[in-house]
Amino acid sequence: MSQLSVQHLLGIKYITKKDIELIFSQADQFKEVINRPIKKVPSLRDITIANIFFENSTRTRLSFELAEKRLSADVVNFAASSSSVSKGETLIDTVNNILAMKVDIVVMRHPKPGAPLFLSKHVKAQIVNAGDGAHEHPTQGLLDAFSIREKLGDLKGVKVAIVGDILHSRVAISNIYCLQKMGAEVMVCGPTTLIPKYISALNVKVEHDMKKALQWCDVANMLRIQLERQDIQYFPSLREYVMMYGLNKQILDSLKKEIIIMHPGPINRGVEITSDVADSKHSVILQQVENGVAIRMAVLYLLAS
Amino acid sequence: MSTQPRLILDSKSFGLTINRLCCQLIENHNDFKQSAIIGLQPRGIFLAQRIHKLIAEKTGNKNIPCGNLDITFYRDDFRRGEQHLAKPTEIDFVIEDKKVILVDDVLFTGRTIRAGLDAMMAFGRPQLVELLVLIDRRYSRHLPIMPNYVGKTVDTISTEKVSVEWKETDGEDKVLLFQK
Repeated sequence: MSQLSVQHLLGIKYITKKDIELIFSQADQFKEVINRPIKKVPSLRDITIANIFFENSTRTRLSFELAEKRLSADVVNFAASSSSVSKGETLIDTVNNILAMKVDIVVMRHPKPGAPLFLSKHVKAQIVNAGDGAHEHPTQGLLDAFSIREKLGDLKGVKVAIVGDILHSRVAISNIYCLQKMGAEVMVCGPTTLIPKYISALNVKVEHDMKKALQWCDVANMLRIQLERQDIQYFPSLREYVMMYGLNKQILDSLKKEIIIMHPGPINRGVEITSDVADSKHSVILQQVENGVAIRMAVLYLLAS
Repeated sequence: MSTQPRLILDSKSFGLTINRLCCQLIENHNDFKQSAIIGLQPRGIFLAQRIHKLIAEKTGNKNIPCGNLDITFYRDDFRRGEQHLAKPTEIDFVIEDKKVILVDDVLFTGRTIRAGLDAMMAFGRPQLVELLVLIDRRYSRHLPIMPNYVGKTVDTISTEKVSVEWKETDGEDKVLLFQK
């Protein structure tokens, strides 16, 4: 009961409702820790963690690094762009070389879906997935659900709409798994081209009219249009996308009810969400970032023990 | 083979003991203007709350700061023994320059108190720290830790277990000694 059912955190798909509750209950305590005058506890002082990022990241990497440091772990950072990966070294070789320097936990982001799963089968370290392609981003899913729970008290029966680029989004997948395991209802909303065909297999509602989705939901999670992954044209123009799926104050006011606005970052201001909405009292965007550190501390603490 | 638990304190002597501990505290802390009470999670918080309430009745001072402190993240057996889950820490006052009374139900090896001292320092630098325990299991210390206020001293062997039960959660105030 006081331990996770898994050795690695590869995705929300692989963990149970009990695991999620356990992570949340410890994240509550870590949130108190990071608001102390001294925001650091000595729990992981004999542990070394490598943050291996094969893809760019600001928030997630900083958040993991802060979480690790606040648990007193030793931290090494590794960015693929400045490494021997560009000289042709394989993933397993790279990681095994890092592990030879006595590393206990590897936090990895990789552009290929399944890379952390593959790694977990071939190296002797615990793996935490910090985002793998369009597959999963488990800590983001956890912190989003944790932020909703903090705001509304419980996740059971809460209606969450995920709006935007679902096709390329690992955040959407992890959110769907996490919210459904905790008893929330999920709807995805976006242009037909950005909703994957297999989404119905996940048992979520699909809506193409954002206004209707917002009417239905208690929480709207506005995803970023992943401009770097638009290998083909998914919508006629960014302007047209903004007109149909951009959230602004006017739409929010016309709902006649209060909904919580979330965004996993980084925000394309004026595209999926306007500045006045992102900075309004409905938005919990910065709370999400704060909770991210607490959630990652809880995950690392529970995996390490 | 297990035998019946032995009663160390019944509900009447339990009340008397706590009463005496409060009187001793009042002797040393007078009006409690610079003092604060901190109970250690999970079982020390009941004693801290009981003492806090009783001192408020005796002195008329209802504003003595009282908090709960969890020591899980400061344990010295992380990754060595069974895993412990953290309980809430609630310290909503400044402990800088306060006379802190650290409260726990049973003092055994002293390791919890060591962790508690470390955990407390994350909140500031107290003027002084005192330790109050309901039960002191003598001759079983792993660390040089000595309580300032003791409810009752008992001689036990390490395989035995002392359990403090509370009216609020267990139905009756009493202290039991279990043999393994």
